[in-house]
Amino acid sequence: MATYSVSRGTRLNKFLPVIFSAVVALLAFLPKFLQIPYQVKFVQAFILIILATMWNLLAGFGGLVSIGQQAFIGIGAYALVYFADIQGINPFLSLILAGLVCVVFALPLSFLVFRLSGGYFAIGTWVIAEIIKLFTVQISQLGGGSGISLGAFSGMGREMRIAAVYWSALVTIFLVLLSTILLMRSKVGLALTAIRDDQTAAGVLGVNVQQTRRLIFLLVSIGFGLAGGLIAMSNLRVQPDDIFSVNYSAIMIFMVVIGGLGSIEGPIIGAVAYYFLQDKLKDHGTLYLIILGVLGILIVTIAPRGLWGFISREKISLFATKYRISENKQKEGA
Amino acid sequence: MVNETQSHVSALTVSDLNKKFGRVIVAEGISFDVKAGEAFGIVGPNGAGKSTLLNLINGTEPSDSGEILFHGEPLNSLDPAERTHKGIARTFQIPKPFSEMTVYENVLVGSTFLKSHHSRHERSELAIDAITRAGLTPFFNTPAGKLRLLDRKRLELARSLACQPKLLLLDEIAGGLTDAELPVLLEIIRELNASGVAIVWIEHIVHALVSVVDRLMCIAGGKVIAIGDPHTVLEDPKVIEIYLGSDFQVGGAV
Ligand SMILES: Nc1ncnc2c1ncn2[C@@H]1O[C@H](COP(=O)(O)OP(=O)(O)OP(=O)(O)O)[C@@H](O)[C@H]1O
Ligand SMILES: [Mg+2]
Repeated sequence: MATYSVSRGTRLNKFLPVIFSAVVALLAFLPKFLQIPYQVKFVQAFILIILATMWNLLAGFGGLVSIGQQAFIGIGAYALVYFADIQGINPFLSLILAGLVCVVFALPLSFLVFRLSGGYFAIGTWVIAEIIKLFTVQISQLGGGSGISLGAFSGMGREMRIAAVYWSALVTIFLVLLSTILLMRSKVGLALTAIRDDQTAAGVLGVNVQQTRRLIFLLVSIGFGLAGGLIAMSNLRVQPDDIFSVNYSAIMIFMVVIGGLGSIEGPIIGAVAYYFLQDKLKDHGTLYLIILGVLGILIVTIAPRGLWGFISREKISLFATKYRISENKQKEGA
Repeated sequence: MVNETQSHVSALTVSDLNKKFGRVIVAEGISFDVKAGEAFGIVGPNGAGKSTLLNLINGTEPSDSGEILFHGEPLNSLDPAERTHKGIARTFQIPKPFSEMTVYENVLVGSTFLKSHHSRHERSELAIDAITRAGLTPFFNTPAGKLRLLDRKRLELARSLACQPKLLLLDEIAGGLTDAELPVLLEIIRELNASGVAIVWIEHIVHALVSVVDRLMCIAGGKVIAIGDPHTVLEDPKVIEIYLGSDFQVGGAV
C-alpha cells in the first residue's frame, strides 16, 4: 500500500509569515516618516480591508448576503464613544469592548434574521440596521439625531492622536487578518468552504450549516464593530445617518465582488482597488458613482472571479489554507 | 449479506411515507424495512420517485406524512447533518461536488464532521482510505469541479465512505462504468456490506444490482409495486410490464 503525507499550502506559503511580519513591521514604523494626511489615508484603507474581509466571510463563504452589517459598524462606533467618553475607559480598551459588545447584539439578532433566507434575509438585515439607528437617535445621552463627538483624545496633540489611531488600526487589521487565516485553516474554515460550494452537500456530509453560519455571523460582528470603533476614532464624531448608512453595504459588496468572492485574498485586493478609485474620483460628484458602477460591471464581465481570480488563475493561494497530498517514496523489504 | 444474528434488527423502517410536489405524487403509502447488515435494491422507471425516496430518508426533502425509523429511532425531526451523525450516508445521482475544493478536501469534509471525535490524523487517514477505495488516488489535489462525470460519481462514493455510515444510500452509482470498472465497484459494495454496513442501492443496471442485494423493491408512480427476493420481484408480471419490458433477462452475471 502506498502511503501519503498531508501538507498545507505551497512553498510560497513558507515565506509568508516572514513577509507578513516584515510588512507589518514596516507599517508600524510608517508614522515616523509619513506626513499626517498619508497616515489618515492608510487608516481609511485598513478600515476598508477589514470591512471587505468581514463581509466576504459572511457572504462569500457563509452565503449570508447581508446588506445590514452597518448595524454593527454603528454599534461599534457608538460603543467606542460610550465606553471612552461616558464611562471614561481607556480609548484603546474601549475599542476592544466596542468589538466585543457587537456579539451581544448579534446573538439575539441572528435568531431573528436566520428565519429568513435569500432576498428576505438581505432586506431583513437592512430593516434591522434601520431600526437600530432609529433606537439610537432616541437616546439623548448619545446625542440623538445630531450625533456625538469623541472627546477621549482631546488632551492629545494632533500628531500624537493620529499616530495612535494609525497604530490602533494597524493592530486591528493585523489581528483581523490573522484570525481570518487561522479560522479558514480550522474545521470551521473547512465547513465554510464546503457551504460556499454546495450547501446541501455540506449538510449531507454532516456539516451543521446553520450553526456554522451563526458562528460566523457572531464572529464577523466583532470585526464590523472594530471597524466602526476605528471610524469613530479617526473622525472624532459619530453621526447616525452616516454610520448606519446602507452605503457601507454597497461599498462592501463592490469591494468583495471586484476583488473576488470566497477567497481571503480577493477582498483585500478589492478594498485596495476601491480605495484608489474613490481617492481619485471622489471630487467628481455623481460622475464618481457612475464610473464606479461601470468599472464594477466591466471587471466582473472580464473577470467573473474578480481581480484575484484573474491574477491567481486558481493556482496561487497566498495563505496556506489548501491541503496538498503527496505520495511517500516507498522502501520495500526493509 | 444478512447473517443470523443481524437479521432480526431493522436498520431502517419506513412506514406509510407520503410526498407530493404540487399535484405530482412522488411517494404514496411507501412502507418497507431494511435489516441491519442487509443489502437492499430499488428499481423502477424514470420519475418513479426513487431519488426522492432517498431524499426523504436522509432529510434533504421533508415528507408530507409517514414515519422513518433508523434502528428504532424516529428521524423526522432531524436535519440531514444530524442523520449523517446517526450513521446514514448517501450519494447523489447528480453529483454535488464542492467544485473549488480538491478531491482530498471534499472527502475530508465527510470524515471531519462525524460525531465520533477523531484526531486530525485519523480524519485524514479516513479520507485517504476512502479516496483509495473509490479509485481516485490520481486526483487527490485536483479541484473537484475539474473531474469528469464518472470521477464525480466516484467522489460521491468516497465522500459517503468517509462518513463511516451504518446505512449507505447509493443513487445510480454504477451508470457509465465500463465492463472492467463495474466489478471493482461491486467488490467495494460487497466488502462494505460484509463489514456490516446496510446498503440501499438504486440502480438501473439490474444484473449488477441483483448480484449484490438480498432483497429488491420495485416502485413506480410513488408506489411499491413489488418487494422481496430479487428474482421473484424480477419475474413479477407487474414489474415486467411497468419497468423491465417483456424481453428482459437477468443476464451478464458479474
Ligand atoms: N424538487 C422537486 N420539485 C418538483 N418535482 C420534483 C422535484 N424532485 C423531483 N420531482 C419530480 O418527482 C418525480 C420523481 O422524481 P425522482 O427524481 O425521485 O425520480 P427517480 O425515480 O429517481 O427517476 P430517475 O430514474 O430518472 O432518477 C419526477 O416526476 C420529478 O420530476
Ligand atoms: Mg433518480
